[in-house]
Amino acid sequence: MGRSSTVKETQALFQSLRSAYAATPNNLKIIDVYVGFAVLTAVIQVVYMAVVGSFPFNSFLSGVLSCIGTAVLAVCLRIQVNKDNKEFKDVAPERAFADFILCNLVLHLVIMNFMG
Amino acid sequence: MASPESAVNGPTMTAGAASKSLRNAFGGVIAFIILVLIGVLAFSIRLFSVIKYESVIHEFDPYFNYRVTQFLSKNGIYDFWNWFDDRTWYPLGRVIGGTVYPGLTLTAGTIWKVVNSLNIPLSVETVCVFTAPIFSAFASWAAYLLTKEVKGPGAGLTAAALLAMVPSYISRSVAGSYDNEAVAIFALVFTFYLYIKTLNTGSLFYATLNALAYFYMVCSWGGYTFIINLIPMHVLLCIVTGRYSSRLYIAYAPLVVLGTLLASLVPVVGFNAVLTSEHFASFLVFIIIHVVALAYYIKGILSPKMFKVAVTLVVSVGLAVCCAVIAILIAVVASSPTKGWSGRSLTLLDPTYASKYIPIIASVSEHQPPTWPSYFMDINVLAFLVPAGIIACFMPLTDSSSFVILYIVTSVYFSGVMVRLMLVLAPAACILSGIALSEAFNVLTRSIKFQLPGIAGNPSIAVRMWRKENGSSTVVAPNDIPKTEEAAKEKPAKKNRKKEKENVEKKPTPSKTEKRLLVLPLEASVIAVLLLVLLGAFYVVHCVWAAAEAYSAPSIVLTSHSNDGGLHVFDDFREAYSWLSHNTDVDDKVASWWDYGYQTTAMANRTVLVDNNTWNNTHIATVGTAMSSPEKQAWEIFHSLDVKYVLVVFGGVVGYPSDDINKFLWMVRIGGGVFPHIKEPDYLRDGQYRIDAQATPTMLNCLMYKLSYFRFVETDGKGFDRVRRTEIGKKHFKLTHFEEVFTTHHWMVRIYKLKPQRNRIRGKTKKSKSSRSVSSKRDVRGKRNPWH
Repeated sequence: MGRSSTVKETQALFQSLRSAYAATPNNLKIIDVYVGFAVLTAVIQVVYMAVVGSFPFNSFLSGVLSCIGTAVLAVCLRIQVNKDNKEFKDVAPERAFADFILCNLVLHLVIMNFMG
Repeated sequence: MASPESAVNGPTMTAGAASKSLRNAFGGVIAFIILVLIGVLAFSIRLFSVIKYESVIHEFDPYFNYRVTQFLSKNGIYDFWNWFDDRTWYPLGRVIGGTVYPGLTLTAGTIWKVVNSLNIPLSVETVCVFTAPIFSAFASWAAYLLTKEVKGPGAGLTAAALLAMVPSYISRSVAGSYDNEAVAIFALVFTFYLYIKTLNTGSLFYATLNALAYFYMVCSWGGYTFIINLIPMHVLLCIVTGRYSSRLYIAYAPLVVLGTLLASLVPVVGFNAVLTSEHFASFLVFIIIHVVALAYYIKGILSPKMFKVAVTLVVSVGLAVCCAVIAILIAVVASSPTKGWSGRSLTLLDPTYASKYIPIIASVSEHQPPTWPSYFMDINVLAFLVPAGIIACFMPLTDSSSFVILYIVTSVYFSGVMVRLMLVLAPAACILSGIALSEAFNVLTRSIKFQLPGIAGNPSIAVRMWRKENGSSTVVAPNDIPKTEEAAKEKPAKKNRKKEKENVEKKPTPSKTEKRLLVLPLEASVIAVLLLVLLGAFYVVHCVWAAAEAYSAPSIVLTSHSNDGGLHVFDDFREAYSWLSHNTDVDDKVASWWDYGYQTTAMANRTVLVDNNTWNNTHIATVGTAMSSPEKQAWEIFHSLDVKYVLVVFGGVVGYPSDDINKFLWMVRIGGGVFPHIKEPDYLRDGQYRIDAQATPTMLNCLMYKLSYFRFVETDGKGFDRVRRTEIGKKHFKLTHFEEVFTTHHWMVRIYKLKPQRNRIRGKTKKSKSSRSVSSKRDVRGKRNPWH
């Protein structure tokens, strides 16, 4: 009784999540796919390190942190580009994208220096 | 001290855009001029030591930085990164590239290179001496920017003026004090400014700049761990008090990722950036902020009923996962004996830790807790303006003002642990005092302006002010200017806004008295403004006195005033170092207590055993044991380390209190901590170290006593030690294993040479004789001396 109602509630929950998410605009969905890809790459690297060992540690660190770094920056871009965010409505999406590119440049410059 | 902007919030605002922009421009020009003057003030107040003494590097640590900068300017950056120094910590050497914070030396080296390429022939020493005053001017400007983000330009200018003069910052950044803090305080305040700016604007550009400024801070000082723990604490505070916003995410998340990467780039930090407990707080809050962001996002796209279901589901599943992760983390951290924290950080958290476990950290005088008077000496008037500033930060409470409150609270706690960290308290105290003073001036000048009697006829102004009073009848923040749609006379209004106490005339309308304003009585306001100005004057007088008298001593040169007013200069240290550099071979090793290591390598250019870096406790304990042992054993220790000369500092003839006999208790403690045959009670009589006739025989026979007091009776016939204020115990003795080669003019530095081993040994061979005596001694004593 209670069990099936929770199962039903969970199903309803996922249904509403899916429908709400389907309503987001396409450009945000593209950013979300990019974030998912970056996190997946990071997970693959961690699994590889667990299998093979962590030497050289700086290469592992730079690889994982570059994936997490671009994921975080993409999330920031999504926050700034999202039209539902009232705080950022006077920030042009081009400006947000330019900031994103600049931050990524700095991040990858550091990564290339640190990778060794 | 009050800027024109603080008088801006009067009611005489005009709606005309042109006059407003003109007024803003004029205010901006005045603010700029004030900032330039503050920079000049910050630079010049630190020049007392150059004027009173000479342009010389002070103290001990700056000599090491100076030597490193010399090497960098001579050999270039690649050799600097890979430098292995073999002239210190003989025979171990020291990897300079991997153990020094490069920010300061790279900054000074860059300035030197740029200046010389413009054909301005400044020497490296001049650049090093004046780096600190220049960066203190930058730090004042950074404090202006930070406080402007928190409260407004008026508070910013006040905070900048206070920081330019605060004695605690002056003490570590006079001209000649070429130490990490000179640059690090500027980096600290600038990083905080960029963090607050990112938090207020939500722009990724400032987040990038914030990460780069944090990188500069990591390069400069070990105190960067303060930033990487304070910012996560603030983020957590914002989340817990319900102030989460997407700007917070943009301010924090890129900083953690980019900042960790940049911190790992610096060799001295390296992998500690991800492995030590000092950084775990930032990672933990990184995870927490992602969870919170996800929760807010889902809350935004779901209906409330569905959100409740989601919450119950997540809580039940997530709790189990959380417990597992936390259990693993605790197991990992608890497996290391110090729980992953370094010794210095543990000292900050538990102030009694160092005295129990690491006597070297406890022995540094800068690591002692401060006394109450030192608070008043170092931040003076700000000590009781800070609580007023904290209250002002609550009206209204924004993200940035909550950050400043957190900063002051944590820095007050840490300053109570170590005197040295009063330096971190100084910018926080200046910011909050600037806010407090600016708010006070706002209220008082507004009260005065409302109540000055009579305006020469301008009813429209009067009505406009009347409407302003309606809108602004409560205490407002400086930037809060209520709008009005009434056209008004522009020129008189503009003039009124600029001058604070100008005689603004207004015609009191009868209806004005009906609305009660929260203003103070006129006489009280005028007196209060005068008293505040007087307070500022006292602060300035104290700061200038502290800079001139208390904090400008280079401590390598001492002065005193003789009875007829003349100045007597004690230049014994440099005399001794130059004797060493001229009269010994380049490869000779000099043994002394670790205080003088940096100076010896920099000025005398000789190899030393131990220096101020104090990274190897056993080596320092070896030197301490040698100083506490009788002559023969000390000779053997030094001979095994290839030492040729021993240097001791002795202040008994002139009354110099920081000599080696006063530091002797640390030699015994540190030596006894590693070599158990040195027992501290052997040197104590009634629990005190004594050198007079009541001293213990172990004390009277130890090397430090003998080297300090050899031939001391010849100075005044009685052997009266001016520092300890007694006559010494053993007055006439000869040295058997050392010979005196140099004593400086005031007997402050004494240099001895190890006598070479005898070629012919009388009687039985030394080895069998000593081994037999040792075996008999061993039965009696039970503690082994490793050098026999």
